[in-house]
Amino acid sequence: MNRDIGNPTAPQRVQIMLSARASGLDARGGNVSPKLKIVPPSGGWGSLLEMATREVFEIMLGTPLEPMADPEATRVTDMTAMIGLAGKLCGVLSICCSSATATRIAARMLGIESEEVTDSVRDALGEMCNMAAGNFKAKINGMADACMLSIPTVVSGRDYQIHSLAAGERFEVAVTLEGLPIWVVLDLHS
Amino acid sequence: MKKARILIVDDSSVMRKIVERSLRQAGLEIVQVLEASNGAEALVVAQNNALDLILSDINMPVMDGLEFVRRLRNVENAKNVPVIMITTEAGESAVVQALSNGARGYIRKPFTPEQIKERIAPLLEE
Repeated sequence: MNRDIGNPTAPQRVQIMLSARASGLDARGGNVSPKLKIVPPSGGWGSLLEMATREVFEIMLGTPLEPMADPEATRVTDMTAMIGLAGKLCGVLSICCSSATATRIAARMLGIESEEVTDSVRDALGEMCNMAAGNFKAKINGMADACMLSIPTVVSGRDYQIHSLAAGERFEVAVTLEGLPIWVVLDLHS
Repeated sequence: MKKARILIVDDSSVMRKIVERSLRQAGLEIVQVLEASNGAEALVVAQNNALDLILSDINMPVMDGLEFVRRLRNVENAKNVPVIMITTEAGESAVVQALSNGARGYIRKPFTPEQIKERIAPLLEE
């Protein structure tokens, strides 16, 4: 986990090049190369995911994320926001947290107290996921037009499991917002 | 800078509130903020109100922001209202299409109030 990203006030641009073999498609309807090779950034996809997530949270909530002291701690994640990526990069980006954390996120986004949050929790978590995914792909040269995002989906409840059919690599960022745990997960298609 | 009547178009009510708060934090003088949750709703609002500026998302259900901007140019009392796209979709083709449809610029989410002001203030001074 990269813990030296700092406190940006605007999204940082990093230069990540797609493999020369990753050619010949347009996410808006062109041909898709069946054997796509994408070169991961030097710090790995997890590092880029963390940078993108931190920027979105800091800019939109005005509160920095902190590394989670014990990422293996028992998870209470009764809310999950998901957004699909399709095109040169295929997979699912998820933000998993408790409903209390999601309420805190909504409160910080709206500049109100958690007790004042009413029906905006799912909407807020979905938007954060949307922006994290958008910021993530915006950091990859050539990806903006070559990777489309789905409309966010938010699942809530105490007894559910998310099964990604991506069957590829999984990258996870474990952070806290004002002490409340958040897991950001990127499941990439192989 | 004149006091502005601004329409915010986004399917997320949270994002509409954040955009409005950012406008006020940026120190822009606002007489009224109107809201719509998609392009179709926004066209109706634009037909019935004298607007100074429209801020619109791109990815929305019912009618997306690109189609909204294109159709807005046929609304007699709103065809010259400047439109700024606010979106996570910063792809070149989406931006080019928005601009060719009549948008004046775009702001990528996440954004700061300073970025909002930098992009919008000149339009309100015209």
